[in-house]
Formats: sequence, structure tokens, C-alpha cells
Amino acid sequence: MGITDILVTGEPIIYAAMVSIALVSIAIPVLLTYFKKWGWLWREWLTTVDHKKIGVMYILSALLMLFRGGMDALMMRVQLAFPDLGFLDSQHYNEIFTTHGTVMIIFMAMPFLIGLMNIIVPLQIGARDFAFPWLNAMSFWSFFIGAMLFNISFVIGGSPDAGWTSYTPLSGAALSPGPGQNFYLMGLQLSGIGTLATGINLMVTILKMRAPGMKLFHMPIFTWSTLVTCFIIVFAFPILTVALALLTIDRIFGAHFFTLTAEGLPMMWANLFWMWGHPEVYIVILPAFGIFSEIIATFAKKRLFGYHAMVWSMIIIALLSFLVWVHHFFTMGAGAFVNSVFSISTMLIAVPTGVKIFNWLATLYKSKIEFTVPMLWSLAFIPSFILGGVTGVMLGMAAADYQFHNSYFLVAHFHYVLIAGTVFACFAGLVFWYPKMFGHKMNERLGKWAFWIFFFGFHVCFFPQYFLGLDGMPRRLFITNVVEWLPLNVISTVGAFGMGLGFIVFVYNVYYSFRHAEREKTGDSWNGNGRTLEWATTTPVPFYNFATVPYVDEIDPYVRMKEEGKTTYDESQLKPIHMPSYKATPIIMMAFLGLASFGLVFEWMPVAIFGLIGGVAVMILRSFDYDDGYYVSVEEIKRIERKARGL
Amino acid sequence: MAAEELKTGPLEYRTQEGRMTILGFWIFLAAEVVLFATLFATYAVLYGRTADAPTPMELFEPGIVLVMTFLLLTSSFTCGLAIHQMRRGNVKGLMTWMIVTLALGFGFLGFEIYEFVHYVHEGASLTSSAYWSGFFVLAGTHGLHVTLGTGWAILLLIQIARRGLTNVTSRKFFIISLYWHFLDVIWIFIFTCVYLIGMVI
Amino acid sequence: MKAKHLRKRWLGLLPLGLILFLSGCGQLEMTVLDPKGPAAESQYELIKYSLWFMLGIIVVVFALFAFMVIKYRENRPGRKESDYAPNLHGNTTIEIIWTVIPLIIVILLSIPTVTTLFDLEKPAEPAEGEEAKEPLVIHATTADWKWFFSYPEEDIETVNYLHIPVDRPIEFHLTSADSMTALWIPALGGQKYNMAGMMNILYLEADEEGVYDGRNSNFNGEGFAAQTFKVHAEPEEDFNSWVSDIQNEAPELSKEQYEELLKPGLTEKDEYSSTHLEYYDHGTHEGMGFVAENYAELFKEKLHLDEIEKQEEFQ
Repeated sequence: MGITDILVTGEPIIYAAMVSIALVSIAIPVLLTYFKKWGWLWREWLTTVDHKKIGVMYILSALLMLFRGGMDALMMRVQLAFPDLGFLDSQHYNEIFTTHGTVMIIFMAMPFLIGLMNIIVPLQIGARDFAFPWLNAMSFWSFFIGAMLFNISFVIGGSPDAGWTSYTPLSGAALSPGPGQNFYLMGLQLSGIGTLATGINLMVTILKMRAPGMKLFHMPIFTWSTLVTCFIIVFAFPILTVALALLTIDRIFGAHFFTLTAEGLPMMWANLFWMWGHPEVYIVILPAFGIFSEIIATFAKKRLFGYHAMVWSMIIIALLSFLVWVHHFFTMGAGAFVNSVFSISTMLIAVPTGVKIFNWLATLYKSKIEFTVPMLWSLAFIPSFILGGVTGVMLGMAAADYQFHNSYFLVAHFHYVLIAGTVFACFAGLVFWYPKMFGHKMNERLGKWAFWIFFFGFHVCFFPQYFLGLDGMPRRLFITNVVEWLPLNVISTVGAFGMGLGFIVFVYNVYYSFRHAEREKTGDSWNGNGRTLEWATTTPVPFYNFATVPYVDEIDPYVRMKEEGKTTYDESQLKPIHMPSYKATPIIMMAFLGLASFGLVFEWMPVAIFGLIGGVAVMILRSFDYDDGYYVSVEEIKRIERKARGL
Repeated sequence: MAAEELKTGPLEYRTQEGRMTILGFWIFLAAEVVLFATLFATYAVLYGRTADAPTPMELFEPGIVLVMTFLLLTSSFTCGLAIHQMRRGNVKGLMTWMIVTLALGFGFLGFEIYEFVHYVHEGASLTSSAYWSGFFVLAGTHGLHVTLGTGWAILLLIQIARRGLTNVTSRKFFIISLYWHFLDVIWIFIFTCVYLIGMVI
Repeated sequence: MKAKHLRKRWLGLLPLGLILFLSGCGQLEMTVLDPKGPAAESQYELIKYSLWFMLGIIVVVFALFAFMVIKYRENRPGRKESDYAPNLHGNTTIEIIWTVIPLIIVILLSIPTVTTLFDLEKPAEPAEGEEAKEPLVIHATTADWKWFFSYPEEDIETVNYLHIPVDRPIEFHLTSADSMTALWIPALGGQKYNMAGMMNILYLEADEEGVYDGRNSNFNGEGFAAQTFKVHAEPEEDFNSWVSDIQNEAPELSKEQYEELLKPGLTEKDEYSSTHLEYYDHGTHEGMGFVAENYAELFKEKLHLDEIEKQEEFQ
């Protein structure tokens, strides 16, 4: 295959994308060279193993991916509202909705939440870093390079076009030849490694590195949601790994797992995919629940109502999430009995979820609600999510689902839960913990504008889609070819642009606040309302997080610490702190594996083998590397803490 | 944190880092269990879908599989002996038993490769049918794990020869022993669910 | 401050807007909510039944939410000291209540769901006082991106359109020659998948004459949007005369012709006085691979199905 065959040609949008990618990839090195920042970038960021910096990189990448996925969405909405324009043809539309779904779930929602977990969880439990900082850096680079691999498919080789679910036999070698589907398989496989590693890493961190005295049932609720999520990751992601590997072997090496020939079983893919895919839904929603719980308790200035019920409902949701996968294909003809069982297990999830909703409402009871931006996002979540939740129960009723399935009713439902749940939580969490990350808050006025525009845009965009579904409009349809569907589609498109505008205001606010916002002086940024340990650290957080780790034997320990005048700096208790060294091996290793994946996408075996050997070689180097970090001296800690605390 | 080192107990458990790494590896093994469970489920679902290729009953032979089983089970035992020697602080014993384990592992791999080549000659390869895809990927994934394990063990032998028994090297050996026993357990399932059932039904 | 007032007003509007929207759309006669057959009818009843519970839940949660947000906002004029209880963190009775009530709702929703599920797996019961009619068997087979409807008893086959008698159950045998698709005629009832190597049975029935939209609702590539068909539901006599017209006038479907039709692409409506079932049964292991084995090369070409971009072509 020559270079001319690889580049995608013939579409103005793709040329525009090529030009902008070329410009960005020239601009970045030029700017770095001009400002002499190469060394800084390498030493401070690319080789870092600090969980806070890795978290920031996760969030920045996720915002970038949100932009990409959002552009996809807007292109789809333009096409559907103005079918006569001929803006996108069928093939192009198919590629765009596929990348929209994949990017939003795998490369936006999960990394955004993992980024927040990275920064906040160690701070909440009084840890100085992850259990395995090197592995954490490796996870990030595997995600990042996987995401980049997936994204270059737009200009090199062609994007996948079989939907984010990539159902076989459509996505098999016979019906989808060419590298497009391989990009999907390899991009997800590569980033999946990182997610699994993060799951293990965070689980050990939470189980083994909590502050002295902190029992599991003293942990902040966001940390709890992270722990439960990690269990889901560990038990769900290997299924995806296998499914992707089997399809890759099918496509590249000619096996017959999902083929139409040699007695392959195409519908097995749907089963494997959703056995991972449904738990995946909870991987992106449980941390969101955790974030909302933290924010609502903070700005209600009240203890979270029903802490134990909140935890147990998350655990029950996690268990149930593995028992409902068939509800994604009730229409496959498994029979009335099987459908009944999965129908009931699906609806049962509504019970613990309902408990959580009522607990949040009860937290507001007899509270003092302060309408900050993170609180607005969190409050808006409750009514919006309910609309998604009840339609979810309706979809769970299998007999009715025969009519909802594959329609816009379904599209509206999952956007209601994923946007009102996950996306609202990402924005809420980012604004809430922004001062911890960057040393200043985001502007409240601009933040409220962004919130209201996005919020109304969201409802205007997705509420009409329920009715489109009830009128028989199927999802993934590239053209609005029934006249009755047009008006609601136009309304929906208006809403989508509202969301786009909200996002622009949000991003502008990042810039505006960087220039103008007041720098934080204390660590307890929200008017001293912080309840958990992350607010006990100074802002900016020193690289070792805690000079002395407090003893914790209750929920919301920082409330009592403030009453008793305790801090995370007790000069009499100071000891040298052991910290891990920064390493270049994670990024180099994942770059090699990225090269191997790229080779596999085009079935260039020499490249794939070279990349694989390179990756293994770096792993061997790592195994022989016995450098386990360095100590921060007591004098240095004193110097840093005195400066930060103004002592 | 890493500074606090216990004075008693097995070497590999004395530091916080050691304890965390071992726990992390246990969780990793849980993920591996899911991975193999998925492969087993796939194999089971594709059972009987041999299309035009030979059936497993025609190809599977008890002799070679029993030899492979014997080799791998014995290697698990010798791996246990190696860890026993490690706990006694006997580096030489550790290395000797680990080399025996490796030799048995290589023997297993040799037989497995022979077996696969034989099947391919008989007309049953990865690409012949859904069933054989399932078989080769399940058995092959296990074989790949054994291969990685042998490479890993060689690296660790070099490390211990250079550094002797420390918190870190003993942790690494303890973890590879967990990995090796795990592969043994998986093999027992492959032996019963794939070979025994394949020979009977 | 301003934002808060907005929120308050908006909250009041939301449930009202919901009801208005629902009634407004009732006039639009959304297909799913305007059933023309017993299967769609039972699904519509189920949807209506569930909708009452859902509206109830929405009203309760929205009301509680509005109450909390309005009453307990920090700077509400006239806040009392007793309106703040920072350490209130649980109440077993109320927690049990709000666990048990959703559980009861789930049970109440499960019962009709399960009974409807079992009912849908057999032909609809005939109306009061009428005899049950033998279902009409129609094999609905898809190939990218078209529909074949074979009537084995009548020995006729149509491409991309369907005629059915009213008041007689139709037993669809669903299968596919290549990608997975789904037969969905929203006016008559919900869908099931067509899969190569499998056969699914779907019972539908029309109890009103008319022309209904049917389509493949499961995305399957470039020509997905054009994989639609019209369902002509007509009285038994009309149906019978239509059948005999085709039996007498349409040509037979040869094996070569059928294989040509299986090539990926679009095709016009057509009819034949024999079925493809004598050549291929895509629902079996033997019949599932034909397209993948013979036409894989054709999928390498982007098909540029320009005609599907034109609205009138498939309206």
C-alpha cells in the first residue's frame, strides 16, 4: 500500500482537517522551540509520575477529545436539520457517528473521570501518590497514544464506520475491508491496557495507602465511587480486551470467531461487547455520582445524607451492572423467558439509583444551599437525570423495548443519562477542584453563563428526540427523509449548537480565569466549606501532598480538623518523605506499542514486530531498573510548607 | 513510607511497596481469570462449529496431552520448591529449582508447538473453522503466557545472580511464582474442558 | 441571584411543558402511539401504563427538588435557625420507605412486561367470537440493502415491498444474507433482528387497512437509510387477487437472478412467481456464507449510492 492509498482524499472536510492537523503539528514544535520549552516539557510533563500532573494531562486530553466529539456531533446535527444541503454523504455520516460515540465514551468520559480521580483520590485519602506511580504514567500514555491512533484515522486510512458498538458481521473483514475498523480495534485495545492498569493501581492505592485510622467507611464518597468503579474496571475490561483481540485476529489473521463463513458466530460479538459495555456505562456514571455527592454536601454545608446507603447502593449497582447486558439486544430473539429475566434485573437497577436520588434530596433538606457553579451543575443533574432514568426503565421493559430499540428514543435516553450524569459531573468536578489543580478558581459569572447555555441547549437538543423515536425515526440514519421528522430535528440542532456555545464559553473561561482570576491564598478554596482532606492541603499542592498525614477516624475529617485548628503540617512530626523519580520509560514504551498498533492497522507486519520488540525491550529495561526514588529532606519540607502557609 | 521496613516475616512482605505490589498482582490475576473465562466461554459457544475441518475427536490424542500436563504440574511443584528455598534464604536452591521449572516449562512449550504443528498438518488451523479458531486462541493464549513467564523468569534469574536476595528480588520471585501457579490452574481447566471433553464428545 | 429566579420559574414550567409537549405530539400522531395492529396495541398499552408511573416519579422528584432548592437556599429572606441541621445524616424509616416504594414500582412494571413478552411470542388472539386464523408465513430476508419477502405457501416473492391481509396473523421468518438487520414496522409492532445463520420468528398483524412504513432499523452500512419498504395491508380478497396476479404474471426467480440481487447495492421493487428459498436458506450454516464468500470484493468499493440522498427516491 503506497502513501497515496493511505491518505483519505476527496472530501473538503477531510482536507480541512489535514490542513489543521498539519498546522497544529508544525505550530507546537515551532512554539516549543521558540520559547525554549522542550526541556521543560520533557522534564516536567512527559516524564512525570506525579499523579496531579498526570491528572491534568488526562483532563486536557479529555477536553480536546470533547471538542473533537462535539464537532462530530454538530456536523451530524447540521446534516439532519438540513438534509437538502447534501453536507455529508452516507459514508461520511457513518464515520462521524462512529467516531463521535467512540471518542465520547472511551477517549472523553473515562479519561476525564480518571483524570479527576488521579488528582483527587490520593489527596482525599491522605496518600502521597499512587501505589504504582510508574504504572500510572504508563496508563496515561497508553490512553493518549491510543486516542491519537484512533484520531488520525480521520486523515490516514479512513475512519471506522460500523458504529461505536462495531457489531459483527458488519465490522468483519468481509463487509468492512480496509484499515478503518482496525483503527477502532487497536485504538481501543491500546487505551484499554491503560484503563485496566489504572483500575488495579487505584484499587491498591485506596486499599493500602489510606491515612492512619481511616477505615473504608470513613472514606469520602468520591473515593468510594472510585473504588467501586475500579472493581468494575478489573472485571469488565478483560472482556473487552478479549473481544477486541478476537475481532482483530478475525480481521488480520483470518480466524472465524465472528465471520459469516466457516460457521462463525457473529452475534457472539454483541454479547461480549455488552458484557463489557454495560459495566462500562457504570464506570462512567458511578464516579459522576461520587462527584455530585461531594459537591452537594459541600455547598449544602451539611453532611451527606445516608452515607452508608450511598455506598451500598453503588456496590449493588456495580453487581447488577454485570447482570443486564442482554437488555441491549432484547430484539435478538433470545425468547420471552430470557428477556423477562434481564428485563427485571435491568429495572432493579432503578431501586439503588432511586435511593441515591432521594439521599441527595435529603441532603438538601435543612441545608444552606449556596449556588456556586459546581453546585448548579450538580443540582441540574437531579431533574435532568431523572428524565433519563425513567426512560431507561421504560427501555428496560423488554416488550416495549421492541418499539424503542434502535430508535431516537434510545438515543435521547442515553444522552440524557450520559450528559446529565457524566458530562455535568465532569464540568462540576473540574470547576470544583480547579483551584486545587491550578491555584485559582474559574470565573463564577462566566461559569454561570456556560452552565445555563449548556443546560438549556442540552434539553432543547435531546428532549425532542424522545418523540422522534416514538414516531419511528431510527438512530444512525444519515438523512431526515420523512417530512414529519424535520421540525423536531431542527429544534434538536438548535439545542446542539447551544451546547457547543456553552462549551466555548467554558473554554474561554479557562483562558479568562488564567489571566484575571485571583490566586488562591488558602487551600480551603470554597469559603472554607471543604469537608475532606484534599482541602486540608495548601494550594498549590506541594508535590508530596502532605507534609504530615493526619489521623482520620470519621467521615468529613477536615471539618473537625478546622474546629481543632489542625493542619497537614505538624513540624514536630516531620520525617523525610520518599518520592518516586520521574521516568522516560512509560512514554517511550507506549510510543513503541503505538507504533506496533499502527503497523497492525495497516497489516504491515515488520512495523508491528519492530514496535512490539521495542516495547518489550523497554519493559526489560524497566525490570532491571532498581532506582526506587529519592527522599525529600525535612529542611526542604519545612522551607516549602512555611512559604506556602506564610509562616 | 518505603522507609518503614519490618524486621520479621518473609522478605517480600517487609516493605509497604512489596505488600502493595503483591496485592496489585493478585488483582491483576483476578483480571486474568476474567480474561480466560471469556476465552473459555467463547470456546464453549463455538464448540461443534468445525465446518469442514476435522473434529477434535479425530485429532486429540491422550498421550501427548498427558505428558504436557505432567510437565506443567511438575513445574508448578518445583516452582513451589524454589520459593521454599527462597524463604530459607538459599539463593542457590532458589536458582536451581527455578531453572528446573524453566526446563519443564520449555518442555511443555516444545510439546505444545509440536501439537499445534501436527494439527495444522491434519487440516485444523486457526483459519479452518470457528471451533478451531476458538481452540487455537484459547490454548495459544495460555501458551503465550507460559512463553512470557519463561522469558520473565530468565530476567529474574539474571537479577538475582547479580543482586542476591533482597526485598525487591524476593518480591519479584514471589510474584512470578503466583503467575506460574496461576498458569497451572488455567491448564487444568484447559485439560479438562478442552481436551478431555473434546476426546469424549 | 438572577440565575436562581430563572431556575425557580423554569422548574414550574418543566412538568407543565412536558404535559403540553405530550398532548401536542398526540396530535402529530406518533406512529408508536397510534397502533394499527394487536402487537403494537399491546406495546402501546404497556408504554402508556409505564408512562403513568414515570410521570408520577417525575412529579414527586421535581416537587421535592423544587421545595428543597427554594426553601433551603442560603439567602432566602426569613430563614430560621431551625432550617439548618448540619449533622442530620440519616433516618432509617424514611430510607426504608424510599427503597421499598421503587421496589414495588418495579414489581408492578415487571408483571405486565413479562405477560406481554410471552404474548408476543405467539399469534395474537382473535377478536371476540371470531375463529383463530392460521398465520400467514412470510420469510423476510435482507441483503445489503434490500428486502426479500417470500411467501412459501403462495410460492411468490417480492422485493422491497410487502402485501399482507388484514386481521390475519403474519408469521415472519427473519433472516439475513449478510449484515445483521431488524424488521421494524412501528405501526404494527416492535422489531426483531434478522441474522445470517439464524431464523427469528416475529408475529405481527394489521387490524386496519392501510399502507405502513417498514424498514431495517439496525445500522448496517452505507445503504442503511434506503433499506425501507411499504406494507400494504388489505382485505383478504384483495390480497388473494394480488397473489394470483403475481402467480400468473410475474416471472420466476432464477438462481442466477437471485445471486445477482444479493450483490450489495440498491434495487427497485420487483416480484416473482417463485421464491429464493429453493436455492438458499440463509438461516442455516450452509446458506449464511454466500455473500461473504462471493462478494467480499464488492464491499471494498465505496458505493456512492447517490440516489439515497434524494428524498423522493424512497419516500
